[in-house]
Amino acid sequence: MLCLLRQMRFLLLFSRQGRLRLQKWFTPMMDREKKKIIRDMTTMVLSRQPRTCNFMQWKDLKIIYKRYASLYFCLAIESQENELLALEVIHRYVELLDKYFGNVCELDIIFNFEKAYFILDEFLMGGEIQETSKQIVNRSIDASDMLQETLEEYMSKPAF
Amino acid sequence: MSMSPSVPLQEMIRAIRSARTQCEERGVIQRECAAIRAQFRQADNGGRSHNLAKLLYVHMLGYPAHFGQMECVRMIASSRYSEKRVGYLGAMMLLDEKQDASLLITNSIKNDLSHSNQYVQSLALCTLACMGSAEMCRDLAPEIDRLLRASNSYIKKKAALCAVHIVRKVHELGELFAPAARSLLSEKNHGVLHGAVVLITELCERSSESLERFRKTVPDLVQIMKGLVISGYSPEHDVAGISDPFLQVRLLRLLRILGRNNETASDAMNDLLAQVATNTDSTKTVGNAVLYETVLTVLDIKSESGLRVLAVNILGRFLLNNDRNIRYIAMTSLQKIVGTDHNAVQRHRGTIVDCLKDQDASVKRRALDLSLALVSASNIRSMMKELLLFLSSCPPELRSQAANGIFTAAERYAPSKRWHIDTILHVLITAGGDVRDETVPNLIQLITNTSELHCYTVHKLYRALLSDISQQSLVQVACWCIGEYGDLLLRGDCQEVEPMQVCEDDVLDALETVLQSHMSSTATRGFALTATMKLSTRITDNVDRIRSIVSIYGSCIDLELQQRAVEYNALFKKYDHMRYAKKDSTHFCCCGVILFCSVNSFAFNVILGFMLLLTITFVSAPTAPTVTVYEKDGVTLTIVCEKQSDSAMTVTLTGFNSSDCDVSSFTLQAAVPKSVQLHMKAPSGDSLPAGGAAKVTQVVLLNNPNKVRLQNRQMLFIYLVCRGSTVQETVQVDSFPGL
Repeated sequence: MLCLLRQMRFLLLFSRQGRLRLQKWFTPMMDREKKKIIRDMTTMVLSRQPRTCNFMQWKDLKIIYKRYASLYFCLAIESQENELLALEVIHRYVELLDKYFGNVCELDIIFNFEKAYFILDEFLMGGEIQETSKQIVNRSIDASDMLQETLEEYMSKPAF
Repeated sequence: MSMSPSVPLQEMIRAIRSARTQCEERGVIQRECAAIRAQFRQADNGGRSHNLAKLLYVHMLGYPAHFGQMECVRMIASSRYSEKRVGYLGAMMLLDEKQDASLLITNSIKNDLSHSNQYVQSLALCTLACMGSAEMCRDLAPEIDRLLRASNSYIKKKAALCAVHIVRKVHELGELFAPAARSLLSEKNHGVLHGAVVLITELCERSSESLERFRKTVPDLVQIMKGLVISGYSPEHDVAGISDPFLQVRLLRLLRILGRNNETASDAMNDLLAQVATNTDSTKTVGNAVLYETVLTVLDIKSESGLRVLAVNILGRFLLNNDRNIRYIAMTSLQKIVGTDHNAVQRHRGTIVDCLKDQDASVKRRALDLSLALVSASNIRSMMKELLLFLSSCPPELRSQAANGIFTAAERYAPSKRWHIDTILHVLITAGGDVRDETVPNLIQLITNTSELHCYTVHKLYRALLSDISQQSLVQVACWCIGEYGDLLLRGDCQEVEPMQVCEDDVLDALETVLQSHMSSTATRGFALTATMKLSTRITDNVDRIRSIVSIYGSCIDLELQQRAVEYNALFKKYDHMRYAKKDSTHFCCCGVILFCSVNSFAFNVILGFMLLLTITFVSAPTAPTVTVYEKDGVTLTIVCEKQSDSAMTVTLTGFNSSDCDVSSFTLQAAVPKSVQLHMKAPSGDSLPAGGAAKVTQVVLLNNPNKVRLQNRQMLFIYLVCRGSTVQETVQVDSFPGL
């Protein structure tokens, strides 16, 4: 089934208690399906023993997961994709978040979830990597924020 | 730098998080959603983006948010960037191509694609690539193509991935983007290059014409790749000393697709691949990611053998890496090529076998798969040592696979029969509970066919039985063996094992222990019972003990065992006189009591057969015994056999009726094997009055000149009429003693 095959199928971020912090789906899916996948992923990843590798086989996908502080990053890739590179993709996203928030922690992702999505959408698109340079992604986010600020400031100025 | 947070949003998040119970949280959510709904209905108040953001947060917690869909549509159409931004995010989270509302944003996307501000364009491109329906894709494809050709690199790279999505949704549109994709390869911007490579890959995977066309780009791709590998430090794209590993990996992937099944293309990339394989720094994961992709490419294209060996050696090095992720992927890759590059993989057999001891369960599993695939005639002994060692300490979820893999390997490459039997015994002792069901009959077959080792096998199995009766398959085979070769066991002399005096009571003790143990399954008890029965023809002193064991099971609650015991009991009764031996003139010898066990479990339906054959010959019988061959409803039929000569005998059939109803038309017929001559003399009569007032006798002459062994059952057919109804019975007579 070649159609809708892409590098990445979904990306999930969840806490050690299994609370979802971010969900990005790269293929269209029913809500019911999404909920089931979230349940399966959190169960599988949270029950992994320490000192096991970061890869799991799940249905026809490979699941790459890594824990950063209190957050689990869980990325599903197609079976022919490069697992080691997927780890680098996760790491790159963490670096981007870290740069943006300054020593990012889970609370940043919770209270500024929409920013986490904006950053993700400058890094990945349609299940593929969009930009390979950290600096360019950072600059794009900053510029977008500026745009928002400026307009908001302008809009909130009292009209005389 | 991060922009100022949305205060309303954060206040709400705080309120939700401070709820102490699920119920409380639901209450907060309900209130908030009501407020959001109210806000949606109000006129523009500058806080719309915060409202929608709140709703999206609630949605992520798992609560329904459908009522926000139209708000997304409205926000996307707004002229404020902040509202568009959240609106598009909302569309990607709440809408998919199946919703009607998604159609409504097509127009906004179209407009925003040609917005003067690139960040607005970016939002539209992102959303289209995320959730664009086939219809939207068809509609907007020309616009995307335009952006692919004439825009800045920020937009071009996004347009490229949009084009990828469009091609995935509407295959024919691939043709449209091919020219633009080709020209993008001359761009310097990495983001654009990456997008172009992804797009070209997509086109080549979909159409063979595209594949042919883009093969011409191999030299260009090789150049780009070379530039990345040899170039100096580039701060913008450097990751731990590797220059843009993401782009490198995509280039290698595309080269793989172009080089597959094509000698020319493969030749053109050979040097480059060798260079990447040798020069890439493998101390960090990122370098290994590139090396890994290189290996995959080398193994998939038509590379020359030197390069293939290089690739397999990289995998071999990966196996020794401290990082278990690297060991894991090395295993999976080696597994894929163990068929095609068997010799190359064999060179790393030692490392692979060592990985059987790895801490990581996934690595262990892969190591097992690979080890089994690497077993050959030349390494069977050493490999089996390792595999058996692994079996004794492997995780429970791998035991079955390991045991069955060992059996298959042993069957294929066993250097000797004794080694084979020893190996199987070892597995049964270690992991008897995890083997496939066919193991028992297969092993029985193997033992049967290895007659020179019957003595050795029965001794070993007996000892195994003494130490542990919990492994059902082992116990079943042991019982069968003891039943079959019990005489060899009792004789005691076997060179290959330590001498051990085994007496009849010992053996019966062992079998009885199995019969009585709560660990024994029904099938196992069946084996033990049958073995006990078989021993009755091999031992002399303890027949009564056997009878008592067997008769106990005549009232066993298990139907199968009960039936078996009852049949055996009947056998005892029937042929009891034959056990009776006179010292001087009778040479009592039992030949081949062969009982096939009926293993009739619903789980695996292995019915080996149930055949009872008793052939007992006397050299001479001083008194001719009377044998009852039929007894039902008071009517009995007995036979008395008298040998007349070496090959001839007379059989006197006597019918008797002890019931209280008359029997008439009492007729007998007989069927014997072809080579046996049968002559039935006229019966004395045909009526059997009630109460045994009179008998019917008939003499039958049998001649067996060819001394044919009477293996097939001889049949007697009995017809009679009783109380007005005809009765027809068939009796099988196993043999005519003395014939």
